[in-house]
Amino acid sequence: MADVTVLSATGNTMVAEAYRQADPDVCVAYPITPQTTIVEGFAKYVANGQVHTRFVTVESEHSSMSACVGAAQAGARTFTATSSQGLCYMWEVLHIASGMRLPIVMANANRAISAPINIHCDHSDIMGARDSGWIIFFAETAQEAYDNTLIAVRVAEDKRVLLPVMPTLDGFITTHAMERCELLDDETVKNFVGERDAVNSLLDFDNPIGAGMFAAQQPYFEIKKAERDAIDASAPVIKEIGDEWASICGRPFDFVDTFECDDADYIIVVLGSCAGNARHVARELRDQGIKVGVARIRVFRPFPQQELVDALKGAKAIGVLDRSDSFGGEYAPVAAEICTCLYRAGVNIPIKDYIYGLGGADVTLDQMRQVYTDLQALADGKIDGDLTYLGVQ
Amino acid sequence: MANIKELSALPERLCGGHRLCGGCGASIAVRQVLMGAGDADVVCGSATGCLEVSTTAYPYLSWNGPFIHNAFANAGATMSGVEAAFEGLKSAGKIPEDKEVKFVAFGGDGGTYDIGLQSLSGAMERGHNMVYVCYDNGAYMNTGIQRSSATPHGAWATTSEVGTVQQGKQQRRKDLVSIIAAHHIPYAAQASIGNWRDLVNKAEKAFNTPGPAFLDVLAPCPRGWRIPFDQTVEMARLAQQTGFWPLFEVEDGKWSMTPIKGEKLPVTEFLKPQGRFAHLFKPENADLLEQIQKETDEYLAYVEARCANEG
Repeated sequence: MADVTVLSATGNTMVAEAYRQADPDVCVAYPITPQTTIVEGFAKYVANGQVHTRFVTVESEHSSMSACVGAAQAGARTFTATSSQGLCYMWEVLHIASGMRLPIVMANANRAISAPINIHCDHSDIMGARDSGWIIFFAETAQEAYDNTLIAVRVAEDKRVLLPVMPTLDGFITTHAMERCELLDDETVKNFVGERDAVNSLLDFDNPIGAGMFAAQQPYFEIKKAERDAIDASAPVIKEIGDEWASICGRPFDFVDTFECDDADYIIVVLGSCAGNARHVARELRDQGIKVGVARIRVFRPFPQQELVDALKGAKAIGVLDRSDSFGGEYAPVAAEICTCLYRAGVNIPIKDYIYGLGGADVTLDQMRQVYTDLQALADGKIDGDLTYLGVQ
Repeated sequence: MANIKELSALPERLCGGHRLCGGCGASIAVRQVLMGAGDADVVCGSATGCLEVSTTAYPYLSWNGPFIHNAFANAGATMSGVEAAFEGLKSAGKIPEDKEVKFVAFGGDGGTYDIGLQSLSGAMERGHNMVYVCYDNGAYMNTGIQRSSATPHGAWATTSEVGTVQQGKQQRRKDLVSIIAAHHIPYAAQASIGNWRDLVNKAEKAFNTPGPAFLDVLAPCPRGWRIPFDQTVEMARLAQQTGFWPLFEVEDGKWSMTPIKGEKLPVTEFLKPQGRFAHLFKPENADLLEQIQKETDEYLAYVEARCANEG
């Protein structure tokens, strides 16, 4: 039975604790707000000999992901963390990490991207990386950031997967706000994450490999198809490992966390920290007899099509909250994905896409009320489903 | 150091059958540098460039040992990660404490002087036990002879054209070895495939120095320099003999130079055989040619002075 320590902690503290407990061989660090306190926290563990990690303090995020690629290919359990411009700066190497099938774990503090420069929460950074071949988790709370990080280590290094994983948490809202958290004892966590058993290591001189080779047209195509197959096939493994952690920590693991969706007429789809606002208003409206629900996506890549279809198919109208825009596109990323999976399932429900909280702009309960009010009008055909900015004056 | 007979008996770490051009200076540089590693276990890496695309065309690999390529700008950071993994796995008890491995990253001058400079600087500053080797042919040859900050003043390149109002590259070459030496790493050197003994010696020192080491190796490119395929080594020799490419090393802060043997030649002897400098020999470019001689003398005097002061 696991020993649980209850503490008041931020999301970043909990990610740093998870990193300590998973004790990587290599951790690569570069500061960027609001991620920095993760690597600062980890630096203390290094300085105090609480981990055996080789701590590589690089000169940029491009180099941080590059060093991670080298370390992971050499067989090391390899972590780093980033945010926003840092994630953008390492963009080309993100694709290399997944293309080389390297089990790197990188927490991302979800933050706006320039211009204008802004350090606060939105999902523009991570949505820009959504097609990079990484498995992507969204945490709602500091507790979930901890859980997702530990699950990420197991998933990334599982030989049925071998893909990089980004456990993400919302900048400041989750990275910096204090919450009640439960930390499991080190032994329980170490038993859960185990040790990395590397394949195709650069340091295996008896079986030398060429890593990151040049592939011409057809071999490139074949290798990319194998990568697509790998991320698709990761879903049941993520579920298996997530459920195993759930059985240890006692908190459920679902790709889509649903609230009152079963009989809901109007459902909000949301990612990350804003889900609490939506659920709060949903409870209010339920008290008034209005059947509303919330579907929060926890595993964004691989995208949980079936889970979302199951959660949404009975609704009369769906409002999707997107914390990033796809400028010039019909809908922003999350709504576009929802449309695709419902269409393919033959489900035709009116949808409206809302851009909210860019650059950390306030997300109010009134905005959530507005969405549910809109959804009733949308179901009645009184308004259209055009993309709308929520809370812009 | 081993003699040439012994060196020729060492295993080939870069095998024949690769797709580099006939007369390519890069493959000569790589093979000679790797002779400096003796029979140690070596992990090799490369930045994107001619060397990488020509030796790793899936499913064929020309490297007789572990090899990693990541991207263009990050050979230094990538190999630093490999080295960190080695140390981290040692700390974890997964690799024996007494196991020795050499780590070496290669990059062209584009991947080293330009796009990879920050990554290289970081890796050197952090003190990883690795060697970084620039095979320096003075332009982006893989993409078709574009100028880099290693391209010599006055050289033609496809992005430093010769026309009615411009005569090739308008700026001087960046002095990269001085920049790396300013990191106060244990070993940095400028070498050339034109002097194999000097190069293998330097490579041996680089591999055997604990901590970071850097080599900038002149490696002529027949395509880019517009020279016949059998003139690669001759051009590298002339580069040293004219003072254009002095051979020197900085060992624990101490500068020393490999002397120019015999008569020092005017830089025109290095420039004239190369098609990329042909325009400099038109009468109207006499001033520019004179300027290049002056800059060559200045650079040589600078290196000699550093070596004299430290000697």
